[in-house]
Amino acid sequence: MNAEVRSVKTAAEIGFADLFAAARESLPGGDKIEAVRRDAFDRFAAQGLPHSRTEAWRYTDLRRLLRDAKPLAPRSDAAARSVAREAGAVFAGLGLRRLLIVDGAFAPELSDLAGLEPGVVVRATVEALGADEMVLPLDMAGGDPVAALNTALAADGVMITVAPGVVVERPIHLVFVTTGGTPAATFTRSRLELGSGAVLTLVETHEGPDQSDYQVNVALQVDVGDRARLDHVKITGEGAAALHISTLEASTGAGASYRDFGFTIGGAVVRNQLFVKLAGEGAIADVYQGSLLAGRQHADTTLVVDHVAAGSQSREVFKAVVDDEARAVFQGRITVQPGAQQTDARMMARALLLSDEAVANCKPELEIFADDVQCGHGTTTGALDDQLKFYLMARGIPEKEAEALLIQAFVGEVIDAVARDDLREALTQVMLNWLKERD
Amino acid sequence: MTALLDIRGLKAEIDGRQILNGLDLAVNKGEIHAIMGPNGAGKSTLSYVLSGKPGYEITGGEVFFNGEDLLAMDPDERAAKGLFLAFQYPLEIPGVATLTFLRTALNAQRKKRGEEELSSPDVLKRVRELAKQLSIDPEMLKRPLNVGFSGGEKKRNETLQMALLEPKLCVLDETDSGLDIDALRIVADGVNRLRAADRGMIVITHYQRLLDYIVPDVVHVLAAGRIVKTGGKDLALELEATGYAQYQSEAA
Ligand SMILES: Nc1ncnc2c1ncn2[C@@H]1O[C@H](COP(=O)(O)OP(=O)(O)O)[C@@H](O)[C@H]1O
Ligand SMILES: [Mg+2]
Repeated sequence: MNAEVRSVKTAAEIGFADLFAAARESLPGGDKIEAVRRDAFDRFAAQGLPHSRTEAWRYTDLRRLLRDAKPLAPRSDAAARSVAREAGAVFAGLGLRRLLIVDGAFAPELSDLAGLEPGVVVRATVEALGADEMVLPLDMAGGDPVAALNTALAADGVMITVAPGVVVERPIHLVFVTTGGTPAATFTRSRLELGSGAVLTLVETHEGPDQSDYQVNVALQVDVGDRARLDHVKITGEGAAALHISTLEASTGAGASYRDFGFTIGGAVVRNQLFVKLAGEGAIADVYQGSLLAGRQHADTTLVVDHVAAGSQSREVFKAVVDDEARAVFQGRITVQPGAQQTDARMMARALLLSDEAVANCKPELEIFADDVQCGHGTTTGALDDQLKFYLMARGIPEKEAEALLIQAFVGEVIDAVARDDLREALTQVMLNWLKERD
Repeated sequence: MTALLDIRGLKAEIDGRQILNGLDLAVNKGEIHAIMGPNGAGKSTLSYVLSGKPGYEITGGEVFFNGEDLLAMDPDERAAKGLFLAFQYPLEIPGVATLTFLRTALNAQRKKRGEEELSSPDVLKRVRELAKQLSIDPEMLKRPLNVGFSGGEKKRNETLQMALLEPKLCVLDETDSGLDIDALRIVADGVNRLRAADRGMIVITHYQRLLDYIVPDVVHVLAAGRIVKTGGKDLALELEATGYAQYQSEAA
């Protein structure tokens, strides 16, 4: 990595340096953790904010999109926190175990911690950091500047472990909420460890007020043990002016299954970066991502899938519906390491543009260092098919409804990847609501 | 009596090319009209212009449907008023289940006509019954519309849609193409069940064969964008013997 020497720092970069200098003393963790934070911040400072010449960020120029660093969110007051009770409504009524993270801090008193299944442990990240546990260092995302910023500044989040062999029936719902008030920045770090053979569904929602240009930087590390199974569903539904940067690192053991579904509907600027490592033999990873964008939204989904062990399989499907002047970005890289023979990996990115000003940038890549593999990728970008629309209208279906039906069919393919019926129905409802707002 | 469909001097272009050249045709309730003609005569174009497919420019003439200006209506409005086109090449729509499509179409039409929408079980019941009549495997209704259907299955599916939607005017474009004799019989029986005193039909076909099964009241020859000859059902047999060569030269 060439640490670029830069003479000019942007206002936001200076802002982050000030933030870090001011917060360093008060951030949780002892000397060892402080050293990790400082090291991470230095890595950020050496690179600065990513911009169009930063390879992994070429379509999302944060130097331009992120004008200033907001102050760290203060601990929210009781009134603000009570608003948070209503959050995560998309999945209301499904009986999920709700864990609330309000303005960047885990709120146990608002969370449903009663009757935790034996073998399931939930802790606040601040607690782990207080005990000097080395929970901050990142692996695949370590070199990324905004992930480094997360390591430097993360103050809280949730740490979940599921003991080997424990099958958790009730999904856990991480409800991330930013409450009103002055626009602020939150940095959270969460972690999930599934012991061998454990099974869990983890749901995440992210939301906040439309009027505030708040900033969210979340990171989640996931370790799926041998033969364990994790279904992960994330809805990025931030407020209309918000910035949301999310880093996910997942590593799968032998025979493990990791199924990821992401839906981006909210936020002005969104970056979802996912780093998935198929570390154990015969592991399976499915990453399905959908973006429904309108107005001037900019949403970037960047995926790095690393096949390390032999006989692993991955499917990556990205679908974007882009209206108005919005922009969808998809970058996907599948790497097959020399030892990963019999890898079966396929990636597909499709964008549906609903207006002439809508933009999609798709860049799939394969890097293959093994010879006995099956890999492929493809992309398509296009408008709604007029012929299909006419066929529907010729049967009496009004234009908007015909379009909605076709959009629904297009997005349906990724939603169908979600295993649980109740979650799939809720996600379908999210899509229908989005379509309703269109007309 | 106002005709069900009254086409007067219709002229239409696509991509700057004139296809319909002053076409006249009137269809009354209860009548079946066959339109025959050589390839490229403009038969499909006529069916598309009637159903409101975008891309055609109407450069002359008028079309009245039950006395109303058909050309002023959007395609969905025409459908709700009772116009149905059975496509020569039915389209495949991945991700839209056949049954969902049928229910959406039926209820959209009912809604537009101010009729009460039908519940999913009610629609299912009707569709099942029609599927049985047309020898359509009920499993097919769960599959995405026309995706992976054979040519015959697509045509039977078109016939099912027509029977479900109960249109006032059915326009069948080359419904016989790609059908073997058994499938042809099934589809023709389906069409014949829809014959009714208050319903008209236009059966477009290149071959006489279909007309053995769906017997028309009137036969027209369409060549170079106009109706050039009209007669009884014997005209179809005549055409079978002589071919279209005389009309092609006549039109040129
Ligand atoms: N998009 C188009 N642009 C130009 N010409 C077209 C287009 N579509 C059809 N045509 C022409 O219009 C004529 C009539 O076509 P069509 O109505 O399909 O004939 P038929 O159904 O009688 O065989 C043909 O010569 C065909 O090539
Ligand atoms: Mg034709």
